[in-house]
Amino acid sequence: MKALSQKRRHPLAAIALLLMGLLITGGLYAVATTVNEAKASTTSYSADDVEEGGKLFAANCATCHGMGASGTDAGPSLVGVGAAAVDFQVGTGRMPMQMNGPQAMKKPVQFNDEQTNQLSAYVASLGAGPAIPEESLLDEGGDAAAGGELFRVNCAMCHNAAAAGGALTRGKFAPALADVSGKHIYEAMVTGPQNMPVFSDSNITPEDKRDIITFLKQIETTGSPGGADLGSLGPVAEGLFVWVAGLGVIIAFTIWLTSRTS
Amino acid sequence: MSAASTAEPAFVAKTKTGRFTDFVDQRVGGSGILREFGRKVFPDHWSFMFGEVALYSFVILLLSGTFLTFFFDPSMAETHYDGSYVPLKGVEMSVAYSSSLDISFDIRGGLFMRQVHHWAALLFVASIAVHMLRVFFTGAFRKPREMNWVVGSVLLILAMAAGFTGYSLPDDLLSGNGLRIIDGVIKSIPVIGTYISFFLFGGEFPGTAVIGRLYMLHILLVPALILLMIVLHLFMVVVHKHTQYPGPGRNDNNVVGYPLGPVYAAKAGGFFFIVFGVLALMAGFFTINPIWNYGPYDPSPVSAGTQPDWYIGFVDGALRLMPGTLGDWQVEQTWLGFVFSFNVLLPALVPAGILFTVMFMYPWIERWITKDDREHHVLDRPRNAPTRTAIGMAGFVWYCVMWAAAGSDLIATHFHVSLNDVTYWLRALFFIGPIIAFIVTKRVALALQRKDREIALHGRETGRIVRLPHGEFIEVHAPLDEYKRYKLVGFESPEVLPAVPNEHGVVTRKEKRRAFLSKWFFEDRVAPATPAELEAAHGHGHEAVEAPEAAKSLSH
Repeated sequence: MKALSQKRRHPLAAIALLLMGLLITGGLYAVATTVNEAKASTTSYSADDVEEGGKLFAANCATCHGMGASGTDAGPSLVGVGAAAVDFQVGTGRMPMQMNGPQAMKKPVQFNDEQTNQLSAYVASLGAGPAIPEESLLDEGGDAAAGGELFRVNCAMCHNAAAAGGALTRGKFAPALADVSGKHIYEAMVTGPQNMPVFSDSNITPEDKRDIITFLKQIETTGSPGGADLGSLGPVAEGLFVWVAGLGVIIAFTIWLTSRTS
Repeated sequence: MSAASTAEPAFVAKTKTGRFTDFVDQRVGGSGILREFGRKVFPDHWSFMFGEVALYSFVILLLSGTFLTFFFDPSMAETHYDGSYVPLKGVEMSVAYSSSLDISFDIRGGLFMRQVHHWAALLFVASIAVHMLRVFFTGAFRKPREMNWVVGSVLLILAMAAGFTGYSLPDDLLSGNGLRIIDGVIKSIPVIGTYISFFLFGGEFPGTAVIGRLYMLHILLVPALILLMIVLHLFMVVVHKHTQYPGPGRNDNNVVGYPLGPVYAAKAGGFFFIVFGVLALMAGFFTINPIWNYGPYDPSPVSAGTQPDWYIGFVDGALRLMPGTLGDWQVEQTWLGFVFSFNVLLPALVPAGILFTVMFMYPWIERWITKDDREHHVLDRPRNAPTRTAIGMAGFVWYCVMWAAAGSDLIATHFHVSLNDVTYWLRALFFIGPIIAFIVTKRVALALQRKDREIALHGRETGRIVRLPHGEFIEVHAPLDEYKRYKLVGFESPEVLPAVPNEHGVVTRKEKRRAFLSKWFFEDRVAPATPAELEAAHGHGHEAVEAPEAAKSLSH
């Protein structure tokens, strides 16, 4: 220890320090990225799935995403987006996209589970990406309180503290999260659909994601302890309610009280 | 008197109750007070009851608030939640937030009382606002009530202060965000802002002192001031007597209505319970401020949909509307090494400053323009004061634009429009909205006055077309009865007062300004129909048709 402190003013000390810093950062990054990729290859699809998926893709998706999902001016390349992205986008009906707009809207699902799975298999075969999460991460058995803290820090600024949704710029928005399945919530976190950022496993670990899903499902099933929640939209909804319903009823009473019987 | 009472045998009541009341009466003179107040006459109109709603809301606030103080602990010390709301179990938070959660989940009736308190607070400020709009649009602020208008305006500000200090107490994420905005506004004040902020928060935001300080303001100082102002306000109502709407037999020297006792006392007492009942139902069935959703305050997260309660909304809206740059000019400037955050200072303080200044001064502004020094106890119908009504609507629309801006994100998501477009439109409306409102309101008021005049002179159109013997077709107009006609013609219509020289024979610049404003106020006035005009209208051609009509209506 003494030798180290004596050499700290050595001309090469700064360079050594710099090298050390770079090595640590690079090493950590390498570990972190392999953590992500390790997840990507856990599910395997049969060659049949991939082939069927390719046909479905050519018929339904290639117009915008291009043959081989290499991307066109109308849609991005899907090489490396992973099965999770397809499962989310197709599984919630966002894809195939109904019309161009600020963002793809949720709508009735266009493909059944088997077809969705085949599409996922096809896209996953094009390049490594986030896979569909394992059941164990979606069992809602995590720590709701920890999930709540993570949700407030990472998600509430767009999705609202009560997950009621919120506005983004130019017509885009973060949707409400009630009635969204745990699988889709997980997939959204790892793939970052639409305007959502990606929350990789090094950013929020799979266990933390499980906590967040647990929290969301918990507040959904608990319901509103204080009566009708007025959309959980905050004081604007409350103000509207007191002006329209509260004062409205009271004005009706004042008119009744001051009316004459004659 | 004492000499007389010793000489005569003292009056002894026959019953126990009688003796008891006589005992009290001899000491506090209750019967005199009751005689005076019981005979106080109040006119009957639904729009006169909003002040009462505010008063009752305040009483309910005192009752429910006292309950909450039994269980609320305004400490910012750190603790870990150990109550029954699972999604927050074990989360680190302040004692204030933890005790608010306990009130909500672990104290019997606590959530209900919290919701009664919060709904009552919203209703309190809302009813004050409606009451003030009624007073303004009917001209009830004119002599002798200018000072009471000022007291009322102070009450509005105190109500907002009470609301805001209360909103901050639970120390949840939402209220902490609100406090952070206030902190930002305070810090944007040049030179002294930072000092004030550090003084208020006892150091850097959020510190560990502010909840306790706001609590003292919220439960002690502000309610005491509100109570004082309410006493002053009601005292002046008694001194001035209540205003009344124009009508036959009503003038500036009388009040037509019911005495306080017994009819009004009963009605007012019943109305208290109606207001209480409405608030209790709202609290029982509708969530307000679900603090458990927001989580404990932490300066890093800001939730979407973070807004203040409605009465602070217009300030929040103005902040949302303010652009950060005007063309190439940065609104936030650095001069002499000091940062001047005009992007926060201007929207936070200027619109509110203008609104409150005009509000406080308006009775004197109008008094100066009209040179009207008479007492007014009969109200104006809003249409009969077109310029005042238009000014009021311009201010109201201006306020509403800022108010709407506080919900711009919800407008965007619920109507599926771009948040940017909502902001651009509201920015435009911020400037042109009041102008459009002024012009439209004034034209509508003048048109209604013309319609009134027309009806007063020629009666109501019946839709019956009659052919006269010589072939002319006319529509039969039914004449109004005297009572209805009085309402249409019996109002004051001030005229333009040109500038006059003062005692030195000089027309001062101020007088010229006054004359200009007087012209602007009254130049396009619609004068009420005069008796001569009414006479002339009745000698009109179709009177011949109306006469048998009137005779018929008399015969059955």
